[in-house]
Amino acid sequence: MSTPRELTYLEAVRECMSQEMRVNEDVFIMGEDIGLYGGAFGVTRGMLEEFGKERVRNTPISEAAIAGAAVGAAMTGMRPIVELQFSDFITIATDQIVNQAAKNRYMFGGKGKVPLVLRTPSGSGTGAAAQHSQSLEAWMAHIPGLKVIQPSTAYDAKGLLKAAIDDDNPVIFYEHKLLYRTKGHVPEESYSLPIGKADIKRAGTDVTIVATAIMVHKALQAAVELEKEGISVEIIDPRTLVPLDIETIVESVKKTGRVVVVHEAVKRGGFGGEIASLIAESEAFDYLDAPIKRLGGKSVPIPYNPVLEKAAIPQEQDIIQAVKDTVFRR
Amino acid sequence: MITNVKVPPMITEKKLVELFHQMWLIRFFDEKVDEFFAKGLIHGTTHLCVGQEASAAGAIAVLEDRDKITSTHRGHGHCIAKGAEANRMMAELFGRETGYCRGKGGSMHIADVEKGNLGANGIVGGGIPIAVGSALTSQMKKLGYVTLCFFGDGASNEGSFHEAVNMAAIWNLPVVFICENNQYGMSGPVKDMVKVANIADRAGAYGIPGNVVDGNDIFAMMNVTHEAVERARRGEGPTLIEAKTYRWKGHSKSDAKKYRTRDEEMEWRNNRDPIERMRRVLISEGIVSEQEAAQLEADARQEIENAVKFAEESPMPPLEILEEDVYA
Repeated sequence: MSTPRELTYLEAVRECMSQEMRVNEDVFIMGEDIGLYGGAFGVTRGMLEEFGKERVRNTPISEAAIAGAAVGAAMTGMRPIVELQFSDFITIATDQIVNQAAKNRYMFGGKGKVPLVLRTPSGSGTGAAAQHSQSLEAWMAHIPGLKVIQPSTAYDAKGLLKAAIDDDNPVIFYEHKLLYRTKGHVPEESYSLPIGKADIKRAGTDVTIVATAIMVHKALQAAVELEKEGISVEIIDPRTLVPLDIETIVESVKKTGRVVVVHEAVKRGGFGGEIASLIAESEAFDYLDAPIKRLGGKSVPIPYNPVLEKAAIPQEQDIIQAVKDTVFRR
Repeated sequence: MITNVKVPPMITEKKLVELFHQMWLIRFFDEKVDEFFAKGLIHGTTHLCVGQEASAAGAIAVLEDRDKITSTHRGHGHCIAKGAEANRMMAELFGRETGYCRGKGGSMHIADVEKGNLGANGIVGGGIPIAVGSALTSQMKKLGYVTLCFFGDGASNEGSFHEAVNMAAIWNLPVVFICENNQYGMSGPVKDMVKVANIADRAGAYGIPGNVVDGNDIFAMMNVTHEAVERARRGEGPTLIEAKTYRWKGHSKSDAKKYRTRDEEMEWRNNRDPIERMRRVLISEGIVSEQEAAQLEADARQEIENAVKFAEESPMPPLEILEEDVYA
């Protein structure tokens, strides 16, 4: 029996990749500065030494070619993991992700598969401003043929990344930059978490908060405060947007009768709207005691100034207020 | 015995006869498709490669079965040359269950992965990085296959072209880039869209060889592609080939061709027809007689008629497949 050990989210991602590369020759990583530099956030640090430059493949700054080469390699028998330096750069690789990776199995009549993982840091809070801070997961979730994962803890990151690597479909794996340094219990052995299974991060009875990525942590803090005021909060982390475990969310809402959906991405057109609609269309509608409340980023590019940056996305206080608005609604 | 024409070592007289027949197949396939579109019997759109038969047939002729290709939205010729059945291709254009993509792909998305055809592509330049990835697999797994990457003159102005060629060059990947310069990117004349004299000149920017070839001369196509494929197989990296050719038809079905003259079209049709040029060589070399050449042409015409019959008689896909195969 090994003693419980803690890893950072970043180390959990790295450990998963290393373990998979040790057991499967077809798995390799490709991306900008992932070699000696160890990646923009240090996720691949040390991997070049173990696996060599063939399998920890430093690329030119060419997002379209990186993503496209991953598609071609995946179609012909490899299992590439692409590290896209910032999720904002998906814009440059979009054709290969959206028009090629996502569609080619379907439009070719079910022939072939594209087992690739595109890992990419997302979210604000680093002061990198508008072109390095976006949360664009709803874009990818809109495309049939892609799977979209957004882990919020080190444990989830390791287990879901393994599932993504094992999956025969293109998977977009969003890693929140501010979560990289957060720690959590992570088993040493390789393990897989199911893609499409939500996790109840906290059990409660008065209100359900559906939160993703860093908002899970803000919601957990909010729940502690709300508990002091006698409000019992249940927190559901979908973990994977596509496929989405709507059943777990619906069951929770049926129990609590109230729901707040919160994500960092811009609220307008965000994935929270999808979750809210699915709840409204489900049998949970009849159990609702208040309208579904959505919290998301403001409709602005992420600003540089730290005060403005913080104000652009939901904070703990906003979540507390939203829950109170929902719970005390008459 | 071929005496006056240079051909790569794997090209036998029998192969030459097959290639002649194959070029007719490509031409009749696309002419038939053109006819059906005009009659409204096929829906959607299509991009025909009539007049460009030699670049597809010639380049793919020097490949081994294990080698792969990526194609373009003008890809029927590449598909046929890589061994696709005209029956299943025509059925795909008819949207039938028996088509290569069960009627889900249509003209622009025909793939035949088992035969090494990684797919036509509706996005200009979209297949170029995919070819590089295929070549990367060959290199990493030491599989020894080469990937031929077809694209047009228009695609050579896409970012994907420059990124992908550079990446293939720095990693010495076994890929051969074949630009079929048919003089127009939709309505845009290449001379207005590209400042360099030859698209192949761009190879120098990536430190790889670039060759210009008469894309309507199947022998020239075979020789230059063979050399590039051999180089790639030796691990010496990619080559950029520019095949100068011409599409006889418009860009797609709705093209009034205002951007070019009738004289220009006639010049290419009457004096540079790739099939007629090959026919003359085969006859002068004594490989086929006039009669045999005519018979090969007639056989190809009949095969396409059979493909149409096959397509027409094939069932429509059942509605149940609508949501199948989005995910593996």
